[in-house]
Amino acid sequence: MNVTPDLALRAEIQDLYAEYASCLNEPRFEEWPELFCKTGQYKLVPRENHTAGLGLATIALSSRAMMKDRIYGASNTLFHAPYYQRHIISLPRLRLEEDGSVRATTNYVVFRTKYDAMTDILNAGVYHDHIVRENGALRFAEKLCVYDSELIPNSIIYPI
Amino acid sequence: MNPADTESPTAPSSWPAGNFSRIPAWAYTDKDVYQKELDRFFYGPHWSYVGLEAEIPEAGSFKRTKIGERSVIMVRHRSGAVHVLENRCAHRGMRFCQERHGKARSFTCPYHQWTYNLEGKLLGVPFRNGVKGKGGMDKDFQLEDHGLSKLKVAVRNGVVFASFSEDVPSFEDYVGPTVLPWFDRTFDGRKLVLHGYSRQRIPGNWKLMLENIKDPYHPGLLHTWFVTFGLWRADQQSTLLMDDHGRHACMISQRNEGGKADVTEGVTSFRENMKLNDPSLLDIVPEPWWGGPTVCMITLFPSVILQQQVNCLSTRQIIPCGPDAFDFVWTHFGFEEDTPEMHERRLRLANLFGPGGFVSADDGEVVEMSQDGFHHDPAFTTVCELDGTKIGNTDHNVSETLIRGMYRYWREVMEL
Ligand SMILES: [Fe+2]
Repeated sequence: MNVTPDLALRAEIQDLYAEYASCLNEPRFEEWPELFCKTGQYKLVPRENHTAGLGLATIALSSRAMMKDRIYGASNTLFHAPYYQRHIISLPRLRLEEDGSVRATTNYVVFRTKYDAMTDILNAGVYHDHIVRENGALRFAEKLCVYDSELIPNSIIYPI
Repeated sequence: MNPADTESPTAPSSWPAGNFSRIPAWAYTDKDVYQKELDRFFYGPHWSYVGLEAEIPEAGSFKRTKIGERSVIMVRHRSGAVHVLENRCAHRGMRFCQERHGKARSFTCPYHQWTYNLEGKLLGVPFRNGVKGKGGMDKDFQLEDHGLSKLKVAVRNGVVFASFSEDVPSFEDYVGPTVLPWFDRTFDGRKLVLHGYSRQRIPGNWKLMLENIKDPYHPGLLHTWFVTFGLWRADQQSTLLMDDHGRHACMISQRNEGGKADVTEGVTSFRENMKLNDPSLLDIVPEPWWGGPTVCMITLFPSVILQQQVNCLSTRQIIPCGPDAFDFVWTHFGFEEDTPEMHERRLRLANLFGPGGFVSADDGEVVEMSQDGFHHDPAFTTVCELDGTKIGNTDHNVSETLIRGMYRYWREVMEL
């Protein structure tokens, strides 16, 4: 069986990542949960915990509804110094599953720019994604962000 | 007072004797003051947090961490005892241990292969007797004179503390009879299970983090989630306690239903109609051992905060790095007896805490912004006068008494 997706599917996956980055960079935060399935999982995990099999995540959201709560919290209830974020997402490494879904491994780096400040690196890591087709469109069933960054520069407010 | 202090442009004498409610900006920014804090608190007769026994379950298991700016290793000996050794080779000062966790039979410094046992004793050095009759150490070189610095260790119900000073009182006396029962409430001997770590660097003075957790004034104002969902606010049944010295403290409270009330009047962070799309984010199940209070935040001066906030448990270690920053290391844990549901719940509620937490991320942010305000004008002082200037335990949370208590102790030890 062919384990790599065809070019058409690759192009579609690339569009999904472009849209993902755009939602978080522009930002259009309210649209970010829509890129996930209703029961989608989102986790932001330090590499240290991931490697050791420890369950603690920096952010762990287990439904699209919970993602909406995170966006509301980040935009309306969490006080923080304002910042722009800029996601640079690498070409994904893809593997086609038998059920037609796709496992993707994609490197990322997120720059943070605060007002009156130089740009710094907020977070660097890898997405381990499970991408499925739902109502005709590609969605993340699971996005596990495992970050190398040993120390978070103070805080992470918005999703990565 | 050493001459460097008197020559300092930030003149510690600018703090009037007997005042504990107006903290001068230089206390957060001055390099000499900071060095003195390291020497007297972190390297002096105080107990500093190093970790949980659960992190080093087997003989030879070790974890590297820091006390103040000094690197230390917590290791379990064959006998079961926990030792804490300074991560500094006696030969050339190398921080020989670079792994964060691991298992070892002995420690060997890679530079010249000096080898130490798990108690820090030097076992041997290469070429001690020379090579082909040439070189080597002098006859009077004694291995026992060149061990690793070995710290004094206290283990209480699974939590490990260490001190560089031989003069430190027993851990129990150090914590004192007021705070100790609250320590034991969480750590009563049940086996702890490690859930993982969060690490952040907060660009603020280390004391600001202790102040944040001795400050019951801000949670119901800064943190929307606390005031809206009743997790911490001024109209709750609360107690503020401290030890006789005023250095350690507990903020204890019982959650209420939240919603609109007198205390939400004019509070801009209150969101009357806020509802969660996914209520499981606040799926809280009371546990029998709480005995009522839904939150107990303990500050154990100078190095750690012990958190019980509903079902979420953590230790938050403070590792100062210069006067202007500290690393904040969160170790989340549960109990061996937890059901799988409770295990999941503790992890889910961790969304509220840590560097990305709904009610903790902004604590780091305000600490950074306070520090920004302290520079450039050492004559500036903060005002910690909610509930007057007195220092004592209270049966309410509308008070900054715990911060004043800490500075009374701080001034005494620092002789400033
Ligand atoms: Fe807070």
